[in-house]
Amino acid sequence: MTSVLVMLLCVAALLATAALAVFMARSKQATPVIYGLSLSIAAVAFATGLVQLVSPPAEVPILMLPFSLPWLGAHFRLDPLAAFFLLVVDLGGAFASLYGLGYGRHEHAPHRVLPFFPAFLAGMNLVILADDAFTFLLSWEFMSLASWALVMAHHRDAENRRAGYLYIVMASFGTLALLLAFGLLAGPDGAYGFAAMRGMDHTPLATGLVLVLLLVGAGSKAGLVPLHVWLPLAHPAAPSHVSALMSGVMTKVAVYGFIRVLFDLVGTPAWWSGLLVLLIGSGTAVLGILHALMERDLKRMLAYSTIENIGVVFVGLGLALAFKDAGMELAAALAMTAALFHVLNHSFFKSLLFFGAGAVLTRTGERDMEKLGGLIHRMPVTAFTFLVGCMAISALPPFNGFASEWLAFQAILQSPDLPQWALTILVPAVGGLLALSAALAAACFVRAFGIAFLGRPRTDPAANASEADRFSLAAMSILAGLCLLAGILPGIVIDALAPVTQLLVGGRMPVQTDMPWLSIVPVTESRSSYNGLLVFLFIGFSAWLTAGLVHRFASRALRRAPAWDCGFPQIDATMQYSAGSFAQPVRRVFGTLVFRARERVDMPPPGTLSPARFALETHDLVWEGLYLPIAGAVGYVAEKLNYLQFLTIRRYLSLVFLALVLLLLVLALWS
Amino acid sequence: MQGPVYFDIAHMLAGGLVLVSMMMLYQDRLYALLNVFALHSLLLTLSVAWQAFIQGAPHLYVTAAIALVFKVVVIPVALHHMIRKLGIHREIETVVGIGLTMLAGIGLVALSIVVMLRVTPEADPLTREDLAFALSVLLLGLLIMVTRRNAVSQVVGFMSLENGLVLAATGAKGMPLVVEISVAFSILIAFIVIGVFLFRIRERFDTVDVGALDDVRGRRRK
Amino acid sequence: MVLIRDLLVQVVQMALVVALAPLLTGFVRKAKARLLRRRGASVIQPYRDLSRLLRKEAVVAENVSWLFRMAPYLIFAATWVAAAVIPTFATGLIFSWTVDLIAIIGLLGSARFFLALAGMDVGTSFGGIGSSREMLIATLAEPAMLLIIFAVALIAGSTQLSTIAAFMTSPQVGLRVSLAVALIAIIMVAIAENARIPIDNPATHLELTMVHEAMVLEYSGRHLAMIELAAMLKLLLYLSMIVCIFVPWNIKGPEAGYPAYLVGFASYVVKLAVGGAMLALFETATAKMRVFRVPQFLGAALMLGLLATLLRFVSRSL
Repeated sequence: MTSVLVMLLCVAALLATAALAVFMARSKQATPVIYGLSLSIAAVAFATGLVQLVSPPAEVPILMLPFSLPWLGAHFRLDPLAAFFLLVVDLGGAFASLYGLGYGRHEHAPHRVLPFFPAFLAGMNLVILADDAFTFLLSWEFMSLASWALVMAHHRDAENRRAGYLYIVMASFGTLALLLAFGLLAGPDGAYGFAAMRGMDHTPLATGLVLVLLLVGAGSKAGLVPLHVWLPLAHPAAPSHVSALMSGVMTKVAVYGFIRVLFDLVGTPAWWSGLLVLLIGSGTAVLGILHALMERDLKRMLAYSTIENIGVVFVGLGLALAFKDAGMELAAALAMTAALFHVLNHSFFKSLLFFGAGAVLTRTGERDMEKLGGLIHRMPVTAFTFLVGCMAISALPPFNGFASEWLAFQAILQSPDLPQWALTILVPAVGGLLALSAALAAACFVRAFGIAFLGRPRTDPAANASEADRFSLAAMSILAGLCLLAGILPGIVIDALAPVTQLLVGGRMPVQTDMPWLSIVPVTESRSSYNGLLVFLFIGFSAWLTAGLVHRFASRALRRAPAWDCGFPQIDATMQYSAGSFAQPVRRVFGTLVFRARERVDMPPPGTLSPARFALETHDLVWEGLYLPIAGAVGYVAEKLNYLQFLTIRRYLSLVFLALVLLLLVLALWS
Repeated sequence: MQGPVYFDIAHMLAGGLVLVSMMMLYQDRLYALLNVFALHSLLLTLSVAWQAFIQGAPHLYVTAAIALVFKVVVIPVALHHMIRKLGIHREIETVVGIGLTMLAGIGLVALSIVVMLRVTPEADPLTREDLAFALSVLLLGLLIMVTRRNAVSQVVGFMSLENGLVLAATGAKGMPLVVEISVAFSILIAFIVIGVFLFRIRERFDTVDVGALDDVRGRRRK
Repeated sequence: MVLIRDLLVQVVQMALVVALAPLLTGFVRKAKARLLRRRGASVIQPYRDLSRLLRKEAVVAENVSWLFRMAPYLIFAATWVAAAVIPTFATGLIFSWTVDLIAIIGLLGSARFFLALAGMDVGTSFGGIGSSREMLIATLAEPAMLLIIFAVALIAGSTQLSTIAAFMTSPQVGLRVSLAVALIAIIMVAIAENARIPIDNPATHLELTMVHEAMVLEYSGRHLAMIELAAMLKLLLYLSMIVCIFVPWNIKGPEAGYPAYLVGFASYVVKLAVGGAMLALFETATAKMRVFRVPQFLGAALMLGLLATLLRFVSRSL
């Protein structure tokens, strides 16, 4: 039995689970049964993907089913690239199901979530397995619709309805762009199988167009600026484990689509495509995290941070494109590894963080950071795992986020050998933007953790919160462990990625697991190396040693007393620093430019009793500069076309007649 | 005379000129700007003198001396005096923020490096990089003039632009002394004209913000 | 035998940085005092302060969590590990390959992350203001530092400090304007990162101007001692890093032998003294900035870092 068949059976099982959920959604047992089934199926699929990646068979397994278009058939294929992304998807799916076992009990409308959850997972798996354009697009659309239904699960909320509307519009637009891209790739003969596309030579013009269409199609799903606007609305609107799937996994499926087409099907894109992807990626990273820093809704903040991480991944991909074009396989493999490693890492920590935000949401009913605080006392395990996630996403050693960003920086340092002067000059600047986004991410997550979990509770629900259920805690703890493991043993992951980079850029990084002490060495040891394991051990050991020595020989007495606060008496919770005030310096430095933020303080004259007022005005320039004009134009055209609704039958007939004649005329002139 | 050390020192002096130009972009007080300008000119003097030494061209010493006397001493002192007299030693109003200005400056340096290194592949390395640095200094001087409103800082921008020209000329080995002297004097005359002009603006409009001139023009156009 | 010697050098290095860090701080304070025509405290005063703090009882606020109590040790440990791999008197430290320059910045970032969180754990406005400003400074200082590292690494072809030090002593480097720009930028970053004048004042408790002191306001006793020691260590770390990259003379290779190590050690102490004296001179000559001038200062450092990566193209064809 080939692995493709196993995967397809898993997909079928997921669809069957979805069907089952439709029937039993209202029963009490539905939640454990459906999530339990999803968990086990995803685990099987994950294992298959892992086996496929670690020991790939000599022949890439393919399968053709006689569904779909009669002359095409549905093709499926499981090469190392697909195996890696299946692994990411199914691992994320398994954790989301595990989390759902506990979280799902708080769901007040389970019949709106349960059927779509397995279907969503099945859709993502199918996209990755697909080996022809038709199956790919069909699965893509299925995935979009299933996730849309999940976004609309709580549709009584006006904000969620707006999010759903925006999402479906953007998703359809994205699919249209992908459709056109595949049309270009298939050529005039309509070769829609991926195998046929791979063999063809594409003109530079077609390649360029495909790149742009891909950036629109896959980029809008992944959340590239300026196509990101739907993401921070739609991702948080879904239930938290679905948010984790959408942010941590579905964006990765979009990345997969981008890689599959650009690196596998197109062959050799022009050199400027690397430059374009780099610029868009770094802009996305910085803009995404700046938005996240301004946000006070915990889940929306996480969604914006997803945009940042997607930017980081695309920077890696852009570098890989540039290096591949220059024939530098080793450097391209390094950049590609950095991007893929970050894909994996982001799926870990973003799922973890969304789970944490979900746990906070169920226990306090709040997503607004300004109403939380002090949760570290009441939800210690959630707080600890959330802290691990925060450190990992802020790219701090010894966690996994740092390992992948470190690889990206090492790839940037390979840039002097690039033949194009524009790239050699711009790549270090892109590195600066990458560092800027990492530093801003640290500020963002200090703020998130510090406001929500530390300090004193700001509201009663926060003061009376209790620890999350054991399924949620299990999911979060395992993910936190994985964040640490991937951070201290990055060599294993890098080696596992070797077949993928071999496939995509024709090179691989040196074998890492042979290195002494499991350090990672991208090129040579004199050039650079990093050892997460030893860093972790050293920090742990020296902290333990110092603490031990101090407690043994100096003093261990401890006294609890009211906070000193420079002698200020009677501190209450409202006098703490808030999320808004924490972000204020950053807003003043970056926001005046990026958000056109203006602050206005109205001080009443001395002697009057009216309150002082502080007004803050910010603008989302992308929304106002790009989307509102488009929406306006569409509205205007629709208004004009409205006229067509009120014609007589004779005029309708003449319109149809004219259109027919016109089309025939075009056909006559064309051929 | 050629050798790594000679080359290195010339390289450092010319590169230092670009760095000081960037420092001028950063300054937002008039006195500090003037002091940095004096430093700029001092570096130019040293650079020209070093070129004279390497190239064995005594007339370049004259150029260096002219730069030293006028641009390091006379003009900054005169401008100091002028600022004190006008009473405008407050902050410069920059048209765009300092960060953006510096970013634009970096872009200009990149541009001049790319342009110069690409069009002169076969010239000798010192000349090439001198030309690249000179073009950077020139563009940065223009940038100062564009981004500042205050007439005094525009004068300083103009002078630093001229420093870039001199650097280019000495690097290119072969600007006759006559030309050099005439350039120096034209600069001096320009300076005097601008100085007189400054006082005139001030008398008329009670400010040295050149934006006031636009208002006048707008009024006449109507 | 070789392994034992290398291990010994590493252990000496780890002990050395901790032992020298308070002395450097004491020296800078003394130099500043002398420049202000005060007599100043003895150079070993920081040791006395630390030992006094260590022996005192620690008072913590009622509502703080375990994070507040663990943070000082973690901050110290992260800083210590970072400082232990910077070649001071000898290259070829046995663990130098675990952490390269980028990872050193990462480790300092981890330390800062915990410090900022500890500042917010108490739930007072001072802790918050300190954390918020510290993170603001970091958002500009870290990219600036990374760009400086890029500039140096693109010239030296490595992010490993021992390799960079070896490269910088080789004759092929010469004077490079991009290195000069990088030096200026790294000094600006180091001043900001170590909370020195004009960014922050290490000697003040005036609430509205302080950043670092505001974060550690609630600490006392052994916790405060660890944080102070970590701050001193960080100053030493930055100074050693600048020395190692830009004036790496007399840093001995792995086969040099013990007498050579002594020479290396003596020259390291001299370099530190010169660096400390220059820092004191600079601090006495400048005034503290408003907080919202700091982004301009660090923005300039960032731009200089970028300029340094650009200027390496001149004298090397594009």
